[in-house]
Amino acid sequence: MSNTDYTRIERASRNRKLAVRTVTYILLTFWAVMVLFPYYWMLLTSVKGYGAYNAEYVPAFFTTSPTLENYVSAFREVPLARYFMNTVVFTVATTALMMAVIIPAAFAFARLEFKGRDLVFSLFLALMMIPNELVIITNYQTITGWGLRNSFPGLILPSVTSVFYIYLLRENFAQIPDELYNAAKVDGTTDFKYLTRVMMPICRPTIITIVILKVIECWNSYVWPRLVTDDPNYFLVSGGIQEIRENGFGRENIPAMMAAVVVISVPLIVLFLAFRNKVMAGVSRGGIKG
Amino acid sequence: MVYPLVDVFVYSFEEGYNSASQTFFGVGLYNYSRVLHDPYFLQALKNTFILVIITVPLSTLIALLISVGLNSITPLKKLYQTVYFLPYVTNTLAVGLVFMILFKKTAYTDGLANLMLAWFGKGPIDFIDGPYWAKMFVLCFYTIWVVMPFKVLILTSALASVNQDYYNAARVDGTSSFRIFRKITLPMISPMIFYLVITGFIGAFKAYSDAVALFGTNLNAAEMNTIVGYVYDKLYGDGGGYPSYASAAAILLFAVVFTITLINLSISRKNVHY
Repeated sequence: MSNTDYTRIERASRNRKLAVRTVTYILLTFWAVMVLFPYYWMLLTSVKGYGAYNAEYVPAFFTTSPTLENYVSAFREVPLARYFMNTVVFTVATTALMMAVIIPAAFAFARLEFKGRDLVFSLFLALMMIPNELVIITNYQTITGWGLRNSFPGLILPSVTSVFYIYLLRENFAQIPDELYNAAKVDGTTDFKYLTRVMMPICRPTIITIVILKVIECWNSYVWPRLVTDDPNYFLVSGGIQEIRENGFGRENIPAMMAAVVVISVPLIVLFLAFRNKVMAGVSRGGIKG
Repeated sequence: MVYPLVDVFVYSFEEGYNSASQTFFGVGLYNYSRVLHDPYFLQALKNTFILVIITVPLSTLIALLISVGLNSITPLKKLYQTVYFLPYVTNTLAVGLVFMILFKKTAYTDGLANLMLAWFGKGPIDFIDGPYWAKMFVLCFYTIWVVMPFKVLILTSALASVNQDYYNAARVDGTSSFRIFRKITLPMISPMIFYLVITGFIGAFKAYSDAVALFGTNLNAAEMNTIVGYVYDKLYGDGGGYPSYASAAAILLFAVVFTITLINLSISRKNVHY
């Protein structure tokens, strides 16, 4: 074969590669646009004036006169601040209580020796197979029976424990070598001190991952809060959005609704961007959704 | 510990259970037959099955396509990954409201989706209050949009963990890239695909908040209820106060999901390479 043949073959293969690459980027960009577009649209709509929005029979893709008045009315005309605070309280309390429950539990399963430990742990794991919907029915009956509807304890209690997170943490705790524990014991360290001074610092990445996943879960929870609250004073942001949609702003003030949507979406997006790697690693290790 | 399960079973057999007085007058299968004859439940069953059949294969396929694309590039990979993951961290109900606005046709505007349809010369359709298939389309579209981040994330990390030696060996042998994909990549990541199919089925059978986000809380009126929606409606809300019916419906759902998962497992035994 002559030299020109080689150059021709090389050029053909380079062109092919380039074509494949271009198609790949076009596809990826297409999906990225699909993902980002709703976010763009909600931001855009939230800065359009009420009059301007309703005057657009054909929706405009940009606005020349952005306004912040929708954000003002989002806080003034509906109790958005209250929904927001409720959710913050709910999220912080649930996450804190859950950590207080699962860290000792994971410690017990990983470190302490007691009779039937492995049996109890297997039973615990078996619990994960019970579908959430069945648990919710029982929880609903229990919480209603205790008269805890429309209260923070009623909202928080059912989600302060999580078999899955106990499992995740226990696996991590169990990886810490026994020598460390024995050395600490020789030095006269108590179990509690060993847990807080040695185990928790070593397993900090896992603990942070669990906290982040739980915060996301709490912030977006809808089903349980909807079941146990019908008093708007106890609505979380999800319930609040639904309430705004059905009764707030006279139903037609879409820019104000979008402003509310932006306000409740921003905290988690910021959290995600700040802890991008931790969130994604955490979810791929054990996120459940869908 | 198995208390919830037993409890729901018990509820589902108690006939005429009254929440207020906590009494019931009989034990039997009446709750099940009542649920199975309820047109709302049948509607919910139909909706859920359509949703599952459309979204699970489609979302897995698109996720596979995107992950393979994502894995073949280096520049901008991190940016794309971050963007693709965003829906996971946003409130389903909040973004659902945006989707509703994009697809809704009101007196003031036809909405953006209809604007795009008009570019192709198609008439305006109300996707939110209009014909059944239009609503189902939006629901499926939104569901796929919501479940995509998780699938892309799992598949991307599965693809990245395939040993490069296999690819190098295949390349030395001059294997075509399609063949490499079919004979090396797919078998190597088949356990993860299978995992996604199973969790996808389970998740889609439990669809609920996506539908609420798009069509509002009164899903029966919108003909868009799902099985889980039916359970919660029976438990609480306008048609609520019937934990027995809710339990019976939940047990039925559990039975369906369990059967489908068993079928999946038996299929996988032939096709998944560990």
